[in-house]
Amino acid sequence: MEHVVEMLNITKAFPGIVANDDISIQLRKGEILALLGENGAGKSTLMSILFGLYTPDAGTIKVFGKTVNIANPNVANALGIGMVHQHFKLVHNFTVTENIVLGMEPHVGPFLKTRDAAAKIRALSKHYGLNVDPDAKIEDVSVGMQQRVEILKMLYRDAEVLIFDEPTAVLTPQEIIELMKIMRNLIAEGKSIILITHKLKEIKEIADRCTVIRRGKVIGTVDVAGTTSAQMAEMMVGRQVNFNVDKPAKQCGDVVLEIKDLRVQSSRKTEAVKGFSLTVHGGEIVGLAGVDGNGQTELVEALTGLRHVESGSILFQGQDIAHHSIRDRIRAGMAHIPEDRQKRGLVLDYTMEENMVLEIYGLPPFAKRGFLQKPLIRAYAEKLMQDFDVRAGEGSLSLARGLSGGNQQKAIVGREVAHDPMLLIAVQPTRGLDVGSIEYIHRRLVEQRNSGKAVLLVSLELDEIMDLSDRIAVISHGELTGLKYPKETNEGEIGLMMAGVAEGAHQ
Amino acid sequence: MNRARDLFTALMAVFLGLVAGAIFMTAIGANPFAGFFYLFRGGLMSISRIGDTLSTATTLILTGLAVAFAFRTGLFNIGVAGQMLVGGLVATMLALTIGESMPKYLFIPLVLVCSMLAGALWAGIAGLLKAAFNVHEVVATIMLNWTAFWVVDYIIPTFFKAGLETESRTILSDASMRMDWMNRLFDGSHVNFGLFVSISAVIIIAIILDKTVLGYELKAVGFNHHAAEYAGIDVARNVTLAMAISGALAGLAGATYYTGYTLNMQIGVMPTAGFDGIAVALLGANSPWGVLAAALFFGILHAGKGLMGANTSIPPEIGDTIIATIIYFAATSILFFKLFDYLKKKFKKGGQA
Repeated sequence: MEHVVEMLNITKAFPGIVANDDISIQLRKGEILALLGENGAGKSTLMSILFGLYTPDAGTIKVFGKTVNIANPNVANALGIGMVHQHFKLVHNFTVTENIVLGMEPHVGPFLKTRDAAAKIRALSKHYGLNVDPDAKIEDVSVGMQQRVEILKMLYRDAEVLIFDEPTAVLTPQEIIELMKIMRNLIAEGKSIILITHKLKEIKEIADRCTVIRRGKVIGTVDVAGTTSAQMAEMMVGRQVNFNVDKPAKQCGDVVLEIKDLRVQSSRKTEAVKGFSLTVHGGEIVGLAGVDGNGQTELVEALTGLRHVESGSILFQGQDIAHHSIRDRIRAGMAHIPEDRQKRGLVLDYTMEENMVLEIYGLPPFAKRGFLQKPLIRAYAEKLMQDFDVRAGEGSLSLARGLSGGNQQKAIVGREVAHDPMLLIAVQPTRGLDVGSIEYIHRRLVEQRNSGKAVLLVSLELDEIMDLSDRIAVISHGELTGLKYPKETNEGEIGLMMAGVAEGAHQ
Repeated sequence: MNRARDLFTALMAVFLGLVAGAIFMTAIGANPFAGFFYLFRGGLMSISRIGDTLSTATTLILTGLAVAFAFRTGLFNIGVAGQMLVGGLVATMLALTIGESMPKYLFIPLVLVCSMLAGALWAGIAGLLKAAFNVHEVVATIMLNWTAFWVVDYIIPTFFKAGLETESRTILSDASMRMDWMNRLFDGSHVNFGLFVSISAVIIIAIILDKTVLGYELKAVGFNHHAAEYAGIDVARNVTLAMAISGALAGLAGATYYTGYTLNMQIGVMPTAGFDGIAVALLGANSPWGVLAAALFFGILHAGKGLMGANTSIPPEIGDTIIATIIYFAATSILFFKLFDYLKKKFKKGGQA
């Protein structure tokens, strides 16, 4: 069996932690090898070593059978190794072609000559079914298209080995299907792929083999076809994982949130939410499904007070709060797990103890006569972090910036749930998290419901919506296109509603 | 840990600035040891020299604090000079009108409050423009600098001129911040009540930033206004308030400078201390205590460069060059951060082996 890349006995230590402990992986020609592990398991470190961003403390790397020393990303590129990073590295006001040739610009004297490059890009795009317009500007194209530009960047540089770092984290369900198709095309053309992920479904769907890493060590490499998702999950987290959330029969309570004919504008001053109505009761989780960019963000921002409401009403426990301040809504019992945890959810340069009181720092007992009561805040934060299993190097004194994504998210969930809110609006609460954290956060959301509180779950992941919701609302182009009980519907039907095929809404 | 790193950075910047000064002195054929001897002697050799150092530092502490406070709340107040002028103008006007007929213990608090309000209002305009219309505070405060400049240019000659067209009457000692006992203690130097004002300001600002609800909100807005907004903090109010507080400090700087140090107000001069405050804040890593230390250090250099010029062939501009070089190194502090982390790692490794 021909191996295109072999990483043998790689060890890499950082102060206080061995990120990679004697790890070996082998990539065969023409296969997709999945690298599965929780956040912080050492996947990214390993790939950074392969891409020349870190030097390993010990171990050897072989590319096409030859031992190589990858000192920097240029060496990796020259060896035919390319990486699609999770956060794209594109210049937004450049065209696709300009981005792809960046760093190796074709020129005649001092003048840029992109025509030939554009032709090559067009040919590559057609060959692999990428459907990219070389003349489009990055700022005008979708996230999925941006990712395909990143793929083209590697193909343009004749990469044979492609590393995808969590490629689906930013994609809509449709775009994920497209990406899978592209990856199959790449394999058909003889390329080899390493797929870093923690989504078992994707591995089952596309990968040939899967190497599982836990706490810096290889747990094993399995053939995907002969292994169940549950087995892989167990290898990843080291214990059995319960995918099905236990939910006792529904005891629906009073109406907590009633949205009536709500209209909200987007930042570009177009109507994003067009006469949307929905009720959420105590003791139920209402899942809002939809393709990204169909008005969910604007709807949530209107509900939480971050965005101005044009018309319509938001009745929260019977009172119209459509024009109340954010703080009034929080005080009235509304909590919000925001879509972007680093932008909205945390002050990254504040310590965890400061972040854990982000909404209540000014209330007794945490403030007295305008002075913060630091010991009380610390005790409160430490208790929350313990209760919600938030792990941080220096405990409550760690800067939020230093925590892993999963721990940041658990901290936010903990903080919001601790307010004991009547309504919890959870937006993409498990985006980019590992199985263990997802399971944990799901359990917390259901606990909230079981205690009689209302939960509005907004997610792009249909599985999450199907698993957790008592009722599913579907939004498309800012309108409610369906309202269903999970038992009475299926992914196909919901998918159609997400695409805008309305269905007689009923309750 | 960050504090250690900031201190390391500041000391490295100072050290490299002095080295650069030594190189310049050598280059013009002077003895750098003699140069530094007179530079520091000039700032510290006698009680009256120390008084001069302190009176220069008084203004720098307040302007440095104004800049640092704005930085901590995510704003760049480049208009400290203008706010100083406005605060100083109000203080001078009070001193030349009702100052002489009021007891000092009532008059000084009145001057302090009014100059703070004036500075706060002036900077508050920029804060309000930022909060309401997203006008960048750098642009707004620079324009307000010149507005203040021309307001002074009109008011002083029109209402308060003495013999000369270009300056106001001199403020009598009864209406100034000079204190007889301080003058006596410091052997006739210009040191004045402003010193206590500036040190109190350091303490108060340190408390506001570290211990209060207000400081928590202001810093949260500065670090991440999206998260602050999410948490229900009124971002617009906090931006305006942060600028106003920064301006109040600048106003105090103006009051203490014009009614404590110069004792009159000239037209056509933009006070350089307003811009030196940026350097002080930078070297002091935007911490109130760091600002205090940096301002005292710059105070020595300012007060000492005259003696250096008198006793050696080194021009006093070398003093300014040293300050400029220190600012340069403080501004490129990221280099020292890296050096600090590298040294720390190396030190730790060495310790383990």
